Amino acid sequence: MTILTALEWLAGTRWSIDLHESQYMWPFLESVHVLCLTIFVGTAIMLDLRLLGVAMTRVPASEFTRRLLPWTRGGFAVMVVTGGLLFTATPVTYYQSLFFRIKVIMLIVAGLNVAIFHARTQRRISEWDLDPTPPRAARVAAIVSLIAWSAVVVAGRLVAYNWFACDLQPQSAFVNWAAGCVVPLP
Amino acid sequence: MIDSLLPWFEAIENSGLGQTVRVSVWMFPVIESLHLLGLCALGGAVLTVDLRLLGAGLTRQPIATVATGVHPWLKAGVAMMILTGVPLFMSEAVKCYNNPSFWLKMEILPVALLYAFTVRRRVASNPARETSAVTRLTAVVSLLLWFTVAVAGRWIGFSS
Repeated sequence: MTILTALEWLAGTRWSIDLHESQYMWPFLESVHVLCLTIFVGTAIMLDLRLLGVAMTRVPASEFTRRLLPWTRGGFAVMVVTGGLLFTATPVTYYQSLFFRIKVIMLIVAGLNVAIFHARTQRRISEWDLDPTPPRAARVAAIVSLIAWSAVVVAGRLVAYNWFACDLQPQSAFVNWAAGCVVPLP
Repeated sequence: MIDSLLPWFEAIENSGLGQTVRVSVWMFPVIESLHLLGLCALGGAVLTVDLRLLGAGLTRQPIATVATGVHPWLKAGVAMMILTGVPLFMSEAVKCYNNPSFWLKMEILPVALLYAFTVRRRVASNPARETSAVTRLTAVVSLLLWFTVAVAGRWIGFSS
């Protein structure tokens, strides 16, 4: 069984069809997903700005990681739950969406950046906690974070546009490859 | 009275900028994406201060320190939202005219902005201020106002 056939099965379930066709459930989940960006990305941006040394430089960086990051994590949890549920509404469309694939790749980049920051840079935070401008590694983490999460948001928004949809052939060979379209041979 | 505004909305939609965004395939989605990034920035700026006013988040710092530190980014977020929101509106002004969510957003948005830059700013920038019923109420009103603006904004797209 391939991922595609598994998702085709999922798309045929009562749950998926009901959610896809629901009048209020889908817009409700989508609204929560989008508005939760303010909590998740919003608080992450504040930490990134502090790490860059451009906002609240008199506040210790550890204040942000200790007191604001729990909100970031909580927001992320809601994003994952609502995003996961939304995915089940039209799983095949998302799986074969170029923008969705870009979003997943950028999510992985952003996640690795978080992991590296926590495993290395943040571990020695006491050495630079009060520095108005944190060390280079922290600033790089902040820049990567801002770019990667922005890309996740933009790609996520563009998933709604079907410019590169598999069922709108002809698409370029690159798009068909990158989006995983199953195209009958000419 | 409201009826008399329709020709204005039509003129806005038929303006150069309105038509440019409207006929373009990619402009609306790109500006819309930037509008979303503005939402993240503005949301983060609003939440960081409101959380502090509620007695959560950066609680070891004085309220005024958090509020003044965030204020430039609040302004930047608002600027980004307006700069991207205006062309989005112009490209579909007539649709907005007939959209109850749009009107709700436009009624609450000025209140939210006025509140953020007057009452809330005054409460939060007082160096002697500590978390109290006053600051909590200030934050709850702020959150309710911005929440309404954001939900109504999202709903413009659904209720077409």
